[in-house]
Amino acid sequence: MLLAEQVLNGLQYGMMLFLMAAGLTLVFGVMGLINLAHGSLYMIGAFACATVAAWTGSFWLGLAASLAAAAAAGALVEMAVIRRLYPRDHLDQVLATFALILVFSEGTRWIFGDFPLYLKLPPALSGAVTLPGGLQYPLFRLVIIAVGAAVALGLWLLITRTRLGIRIRAGEADREMIGALGVDIARLYTIVFALGAALAGLAGALVGSIQSVQVGMGEPVLILAFVVIVIGGIGSIKGALVGALLVGMTDTLGKAVIPGLFARFMEASDANTSGSAVASMLIYILMAAVLLVRPQGLFGARA
Amino acid sequence: MQMRLKTLLLSAAAALSLAAAPAIADGVKVGLITTLSGGGAGIGADVRDGFMLALKNAGDAGKQVEVVLEDDQQKPDVAVQIADKMIQSDNVDVLTGIIWSNLAMAVVPAATGQGKFYLSSNAAPSALAGSGCNPLYFSVSYQNDNLHEAAGAYASEKGVKKMFIMAPNYPAGQDSLAGFKRFYTGEVVAEVYTQVGQTDFAAEIAQIRASGAEEVFFFQPGGMGIAFLKQYAESGVDIPLIGPGFSLSEDILPAVGDAAIGIKNTSHWSTDLDNPANKAFVEGFRADFGRFPSLYAAQAYDTANLLLSAMAKASPSDPEAFRAALAAAEFDSVRGKFGFGPNQHPIQDIYVLEVEKRDGELTNKIIGTAMTDRGDAYAEQCQM
Repeated sequence: MLLAEQVLNGLQYGMMLFLMAAGLTLVFGVMGLINLAHGSLYMIGAFACATVAAWTGSFWLGLAASLAAAAAAGALVEMAVIRRLYPRDHLDQVLATFALILVFSEGTRWIFGDFPLYLKLPPALSGAVTLPGGLQYPLFRLVIIAVGAAVALGLWLLITRTRLGIRIRAGEADREMIGALGVDIARLYTIVFALGAALAGLAGALVGSIQSVQVGMGEPVLILAFVVIVIGGIGSIKGALVGALLVGMTDTLGKAVIPGLFARFMEASDANTSGSAVASMLIYILMAAVLLVRPQGLFGARA
Repeated sequence: MQMRLKTLLLSAAAALSLAAAPAIADGVKVGLITTLSGGGAGIGADVRDGFMLALKNAGDAGKQVEVVLEDDQQKPDVAVQIADKMIQSDNVDVLTGIIWSNLAMAVVPAATGQGKFYLSSNAAPSALAGSGCNPLYFSVSYQNDNLHEAAGAYASEKGVKKMFIMAPNYPAGQDSLAGFKRFYTGEVVAEVYTQVGQTDFAAEIAQIRASGAEEVFFFQPGGMGIAFLKQYAESGVDIPLIGPGFSLSEDILPAVGDAAIGIKNTSHWSTDLDNPANKAFVEGFRADFGRFPSLYAAQAYDTANLLLSAMAKASPSDPEAFRAALAAAEFDSVRGKFGFGPNQHPIQDIYVLEVEKRDGELTNKIIGTAMTDRGDAYAEQCQM
């Protein structure tokens, strides 16, 4: 029973990471851009959702606002700043997008104040449900799993079945050539960036309702999202999904199982400290192992 | 080499003291280092606002204090840089304001080593209470273990036989669980360390559900507490929670919402503590800032008032006299009863609080006393 619950937790955590990593890997794959400010877009989604939900009393309007605000912020940033970074090397991109983190964080603090915001789940989605087998599980976490799966399916359809998807794949393969074929690259890039931003915003709003909506909430998730895309293979949506689920499962099950395992041959308090230390290293060990066997990541095309 | 370095430092100090503007007449210059950006900014805002409110309420006496305010970004290296700048070029007499124990460990020994007073308005790591105590260092808040010890004492007295306890895996978190266990007589069924900054507690909540514990003790300050409380409320687990005051302080309660109502916690101060100084503080704070003050604000308010009380008797330029004036602690504390022990850490009562809704806002009310005249476990190791 405990194990079943932890597996669901791992699944839910993985889906949340997927929402973050999908946008990040899309932007990296198509434009070759390292965007550290992706976590800020996640924060913008959460703040937009909390603010609109507080104004209107409706979580659903807040959710819509989070998508709109993050996409708008993404498009704006792409046109104002990011566009100038494509020809530059990765170090310049890291520096510039790190500066964006500072601007977004302090800007948000300036507008919304020093204290975390309140964001509550709608009654229809709150509370726990009893699953077959008698396991009690929070309904909202099941919703996150469903949303993650729906987004994965939607992205797959978008990439494989639509004209925009063809252009995105073409942009990944050879950006000069699709420019020469008359595709408006600048517009394509803005659209892809806004799409990635909207996914981050959605993740921020969903996660913000069960965590805290506060300045700096995006950065810890961003680091994990990078681990996910390195494991999955940079630029691959499928890789992002598999990588996210792997990281989510490894992290959750590691934290649940390892301290107990250590306690079999160690003093309880030592087992706790060293067990949780090893558990928190586990995803990085996983990343190192994957890189050792497949340096381009599980589904990465380029080495 | 060492000789040359010493000469160099001495001449540099002499040059600086000549260059520095003369201190205001009979005034004291205070360096207030606290966290004003990032996720910890809410706590820093409470420290700043509490300190400044005390100076404002003191009228002319408060005008004798000049405050140099700087943001430590919750980073030890930044805090050290700021402290050095305040000591060497701003020529402050007293330092205060640091929230986090790891930052305090980086700054306090250096500051007292350079002959400056440090009055802690929050962090009070055990290392500075025992063998590392210093005549120039006062903790006006507590000793780190105190509120957790009180929670342990409360759980024992209540007759809770099986506890699940958890805290973030860093020195203050380890002190927390050690403090809890020092006074808890029942069985600890599980002791779990979470990561600092962790925001998803699904794995821990699953462990709590399966643990068979009667109650749960959790130390999760700031955003970690918000996330844990919201997720716990959604989880369908109905094992009661106990926290130290940090896990249910007024800076995070508005973001947690009604899920926090009824949860017990232990603190040396509360918004409804019945004494005139506290009434004036809470009313003044709400009037000026439109929110309930947290324990962090109350401690900063007391720190400023302690400083003012000492300034009325002596000047920091006479360290012996100033130290004696501080140690006397003759000020109207918002905690009512307040005094210092031999290691210059507080001796005070610690109460049991419960979260409630008052005037439409969330805050805590006192429902009992967990410990009376509590000092700390390290005072004996302090040689001064």
